[in-house]
Amino acid sequence: MAAGKTIPILPAGPRAPGEGVPDGLPDPRRRAMLGLMAASAALAGTGCSGPPAEAIVPYAHMPEAGIAPAEPVFYASAVVRNGYAHGVLVETNGGRPTKIEGNPGHPMSLGATDVFAQASILQLWDPDRSRAVMRGNDISSWEAFRQDLTARRAGFGRDGGRGLRVLTGTVSSPTLLRQLDALARRYPRMQWHRHDPLHDAAAETGARRAFGTAVRPMYRLDRARLVVTLDADLLRHDAAGIRYARDFRRARRGGERARLYAFETAPGLAGAAADQRWAMTPAEMEALVRRLARALGANGDPPAADASQAQAAAWETRLARRLRDAAGRCAVAAGPTLSAEAHALVWAINARLGNLGRTVLALPDRVPEPDIGAAAGTLGALAEDMRQGKVDTLVMIDVNPAYDAPGVARFEEALRQVPCAVHLGLYRDETGRACAWHLPRAHDFEDWSDALAWDGTAGIVQPAIAPLYEGRSPHVLLGLLADDVERPAHDHVQATWRAAWNAPAEFDARWRESLRQGYIRARPLAHDGGDPESGMTRMAGSDTGMDTGIDTGIGTRAGSQSAGEAPSPSDAASAPDAARLVAIFVPDPSVNAGAWANNGWLQELPRPLSQLTWDNAAFMAPATARALDVGTGDVIALAAGDAEISAPVFVMPGHAAGAVSLPLGYGRRAAGRVGDGVGFDAYPLQGVDPRGQPLPAARVVVRRTGQRHAFASAQAETSMHGRDLVRVVDLDAADVPQPSLDPPSLYPPVAYPDHAWGMSIDLDACIGCNACTIACQAENNIPVVGKEEVARGREMHWIRVDLYRDGRAGREPGQERERTLFQPVPCMHCEDAPCELVCPVGATVHDSEGLNAQVYNRCVGTRFCSNNCPYKVRRFNFFQYAEESELAAAHANPDVTVRRRGVMEKCTYCLQRISRARIEARKQGRDMRDGDVVTACEAVCPTQAIVFGDTNDPGSRVSRAKRSPRDYTLLEEANTRPRTTYLARIADPAARLEDEDG
Amino acid sequence: MASDVSAPQAYGSVTDRIADIVLARSRAGGPGWRGGWRWRALFLATFAGVLVFFGASAWLFARGVGLWGVNIPVAWGFALGNFVWWIGIGHAGTFISAILLLLRQRWRTSINRFAEAMTLFAAGIAGLFPILHLGRPWFFYWLIPYPNRMELWPQWRSPLVWDIFAISTYLIVSLLFWYVGLIPDLATLRDRARTRGRQLAYGLLALGWRGEARHWARYETAYLLLAGLATPLVVSVHTVVSLDFAIGNTPGYHSTIFPPYFVAGALYSGFAMVLTLAIPLRRYFHLEQYITIRHLALSAKVMLATGAIVAYGYASEIFTAFYGGDEFEIAMTVDRWTGAYAPVYWTLMACNVLIPQCLWWRRVRHCPAALFGVSLVVNLGMWMERFLIVVQSTHRDFLPSSWGIFVPTAWDWTFLLASLALFAWLFLMFIRFLPLISMTEMRELVRETGRTTGS
Repeated sequence: MAAGKTIPILPAGPRAPGEGVPDGLPDPRRRAMLGLMAASAALAGTGCSGPPAEAIVPYAHMPEAGIAPAEPVFYASAVVRNGYAHGVLVETNGGRPTKIEGNPGHPMSLGATDVFAQASILQLWDPDRSRAVMRGNDISSWEAFRQDLTARRAGFGRDGGRGLRVLTGTVSSPTLLRQLDALARRYPRMQWHRHDPLHDAAAETGARRAFGTAVRPMYRLDRARLVVTLDADLLRHDAAGIRYARDFRRARRGGERARLYAFETAPGLAGAAADQRWAMTPAEMEALVRRLARALGANGDPPAADASQAQAAAWETRLARRLRDAAGRCAVAAGPTLSAEAHALVWAINARLGNLGRTVLALPDRVPEPDIGAAAGTLGALAEDMRQGKVDTLVMIDVNPAYDAPGVARFEEALRQVPCAVHLGLYRDETGRACAWHLPRAHDFEDWSDALAWDGTAGIVQPAIAPLYEGRSPHVLLGLLADDVERPAHDHVQATWRAAWNAPAEFDARWRESLRQGYIRARPLAHDGGDPESGMTRMAGSDTGMDTGIDTGIGTRAGSQSAGEAPSPSDAASAPDAARLVAIFVPDPSVNAGAWANNGWLQELPRPLSQLTWDNAAFMAPATARALDVGTGDVIALAAGDAEISAPVFVMPGHAAGAVSLPLGYGRRAAGRVGDGVGFDAYPLQGVDPRGQPLPAARVVVRRTGQRHAFASAQAETSMHGRDLVRVVDLDAADVPQPSLDPPSLYPPVAYPDHAWGMSIDLDACIGCNACTIACQAENNIPVVGKEEVARGREMHWIRVDLYRDGRAGREPGQERERTLFQPVPCMHCEDAPCELVCPVGATVHDSEGLNAQVYNRCVGTRFCSNNCPYKVRRFNFFQYAEESELAAAHANPDVTVRRRGVMEKCTYCLQRISRARIEARKQGRDMRDGDVVTACEAVCPTQAIVFGDTNDPGSRVSRAKRSPRDYTLLEEANTRPRTTYLARIADPAARLEDEDG
Repeated sequence: MASDVSAPQAYGSVTDRIADIVLARSRAGGPGWRGGWRWRALFLATFAGVLVFFGASAWLFARGVGLWGVNIPVAWGFALGNFVWWIGIGHAGTFISAILLLLRQRWRTSINRFAEAMTLFAAGIAGLFPILHLGRPWFFYWLIPYPNRMELWPQWRSPLVWDIFAISTYLIVSLLFWYVGLIPDLATLRDRARTRGRQLAYGLLALGWRGEARHWARYETAYLLLAGLATPLVVSVHTVVSLDFAIGNTPGYHSTIFPPYFVAGALYSGFAMVLTLAIPLRRYFHLEQYITIRHLALSAKVMLATGAIVAYGYASEIFTAFYGGDEFEIAMTVDRWTGAYAPVYWTLMACNVLIPQCLWWRRVRHCPAALFGVSLVVNLGMWMERFLIVVQSTHRDFLPSSWGIFVPTAWDWTFLLASLALFAWLFLMFIRFLPLISMTEMRELVRETGRTTGS
């Protein structure tokens, strides 16, 4: 049965906020006070009026029996990021969301999540979230806002909403689109604009050229034997990265091992996983796309072996041949720095190779264009109108253009011309501070909404807790704007689906079913195949049984843009050639485009390819750095047009020479206590295309400043120094067992008759995305330590993903020999654990199932165990790192001890999950089965590289993995006999397009 | 016989000379304790250091060991380096008192008292560092087996538990040895003290010593027995300390040469510290008759011998690394030569191996100023050696991904310098209130030398 509406936890303190402080007690600290205020505010929201009569429904497949307060309840919901939904399960403990798991049934999750979904818990509980309606700099109320709006609505009624503009990010929510449509009907002259700093405008234009309509690509990597990425990091954590990673792994493990060739400007995860990668500037890549299209006959000409073909490098010819050989079973993916023409050509290549509908799906982009003219509906058009005084009411929903608009748009300046700017957002950010009204938005886990996933699967965003602060959903605001009636978001969302399903009789059942499973069945309930991929295989037009109802009048496109055509700086002529670079703006693996900047977990999560934390940098190739005479940590100034920023250099092996990549999302001015002032802001350099949309690249002139910047890197050394750490075996030798030392030991073997837990990590599957690290952080209450402490070497992650660059450095620029290897390292749980031997108080001991356990309350902190750990997986609380605030306590995992200052900690193999599984099994009177215990890192891994289980059970997945000939022990010569072993990475020499000597 | 005492002296003059330093400084040839600005300045400076030490400790307890530069992988930093260094310094005293007593090296008489005091203070300070080093220092007693309801004992395989026993035993025996040796002298001071307070204080401490023959007989026996007890400790303490490292598997720690090499190193630094203290003492208190050039030269010879063993240890470590062929040991050794801490390594090589070779020359051994310089150099070198072993070994161990660097913070330096001040202050208190040379043994020596020279 449905659980009742969950109520946020009461502050644990015995005193109510109004009682004052008894004599002799210290004043409650500010944060504690804020926590109390927040919790009581949230209580006031629910307590006075009673819980709203909206049923939220637990996830379908959880054990229903005996839901006790001590047991977690899972709700299927979604994290909406850049417009697209990521299907998740929200774990709540005592009504408090504490952990995110992937939704195994959701086609874009399949049980895994990305780092942002994991971090969304911290975002939900962020004390810096906006807590009150603000009018200018004064605290106001929703009532005051409503009154102000009512007065303005009279004006809209008179002139058809001519001065009314709505600015949103990318929107896929059917309800929001329906509401926008309703608003447009009500006020015909109102305009909707969209601004998403990561929106790939060139891809959209290119697709329109190819198809005549807006489509977005969805790759079926599981069906592809050959994948070519052109600056498209498919494995990155964007809208579809999780699914791509899983599919790619499946394709690699299948009979014929799939091959991946990556062309990249800045090194990405796809390049690290590729059989071969090339570093190229966007311009070089453009040329490559043209040559490839010609070679494959995709540009209309017949595939001729003419003179121009002969000029192409041998590997290029081979690449074209292999693509032709794999016709229908390959995929070519284009990324954001390519021009619209190149995108259109790539579509043509895929069509020519017969990939469309097989490995490359063209999903109709259901994000409608609100535009009539060529440039309407964009941020540039909006800014222009604002400057001309045509906008009197601007409603901004969940966008932050005052920060992330391209510099040339000068949005913040234009915003001052708007008499009534309204901002609805999670944070009172740069935009919120510049507006007349700032309204706190309800978090995805706090109120109802809906959204589509990248593949078109629709899902209801189900709340798991009542709003902590005064947040309202965008649906409420739009409802208010259109009808002047404040209706709960629940009603708006239900209204959408009631109309879409058009089946009143079965609406309740269908609604409930959708909530239970976390996505909306594409097929009618009668036809219950339970196929999670249903949404993907078909075009997403009708599978959810609804029409968005917005008329998307697609106008013809004026002009085109390409990466190289950014406005060139005026002073470029005087600069030396070496100083003229192409800057590409890339989303950051941790803060994306800036919206996640105030998230400590993400800020402290090492960026996969640089291992930097708490920073972005101007990444450039060693050759470029040499030409500029700079090194890692040198601050350079980059100028484009009038704009100049300064940024610290990070020399990145494998980066394309002549280009510099600038991660977006840093240098926030009003992100909150965590994100303010971290890194540099690259947006000022960004230009806009003729339609006023952000460009992915700019020409910049670089000069040295002589200043230095200190990075906080989680890993300083990326060479293996010839040590046998990440083993790589050739594909044809992968079945040959690796030699094992099996040295004698002085210690007698210990029997573990019940269970012997173990882990196997497949280095061939690991793509280095760091999801395991952050999932572990969320599961195990791992504190955030901050930049200074990371710089000192005191990060606390229990599982880290080591990065090694295999030493065969490229001799020729552009053709990298260097391999990027990843290795997740949790505690090895050694049978003969060196840490146990040296602990003077016996605070680290083996348990009866072979776990190397850490007894926190016995630990005195000699740190001898860490010195003696060859794997250096132990983490020490040098200070009181664990936050002690109410909010921190609210989202902590109640099953895991919060460690205090002065004690050692480390991976426990998710001991609490083992215990829970054991209890569950006992309650059911059975033994634990394989798969009962899933560690947090295992659960989150998009490629299922981590397998955990009982090594006593010969049939368990972990036992099978350990029987693989690729199985090896890290630092076997140390004879610690770890329970965690690795499967060697596979190299496929036959996949290389050129010989080792080039 | 060469001069253990420079000129024939009467018992009385020995007693006067030494006791007056404590009781009547002005008579002993100085300006008096209160009048001397040097004393005042030193006292105030070192006492300020003591306050800093305890203040810093309080702050450390309040905030955590994160104040220091320690991290993962270098989880041990200055605190452990200081500990090993101080406990090494604490070795010379017992060596001089016990082993040389048993070997009937009479010349030890004039330096054993302050060497023992040095031992006691150094070992005491050394004992503080492992406690300060703990993440939760208030639970340091969990390392000690004590009866408790949970029947929890320490984990006996850990060398840190052995350490607790080794150090506490050493401290207790050193204290007893020093105190037993002091008893007749305390009685002398009691008898010569003029003020009631001093008579009472020294009287209480003298435990009713009346100089009876029975007292003397028992005293001699007890002293010899304690010397016998203390002798094995000289070897055992630093052996156990070295096992803190040798038991570990980190390249640079994991070495069987460590016990003898540490003991030799301890004596090396201990004798260096004896010289560092003795040379200024004999100058400012005009004790050239008691602490003669011969003492200094003999100490220098001990340093030469122990320094050779230490140098052998260094060579052996390098040899074993390459002969053993372990890639991690080799990488660690090469890193010592060329890595981040190479300047420390080469400085310590100069300080501990190269510069002390000048002691082969008799002229250097007989020049107090040169000896003083060499002793400071060796002290510095030995501290750097401890630092290098503790820090350099761990900063680059097995997995390059976890390599790090230790950069000492201001707090690291504060604790090191303040511990020096604490030591100096304790030593100043010692020379202010207790006879810094054993009057009893000195009188005995005078009798014996008088007999030999007279006959």
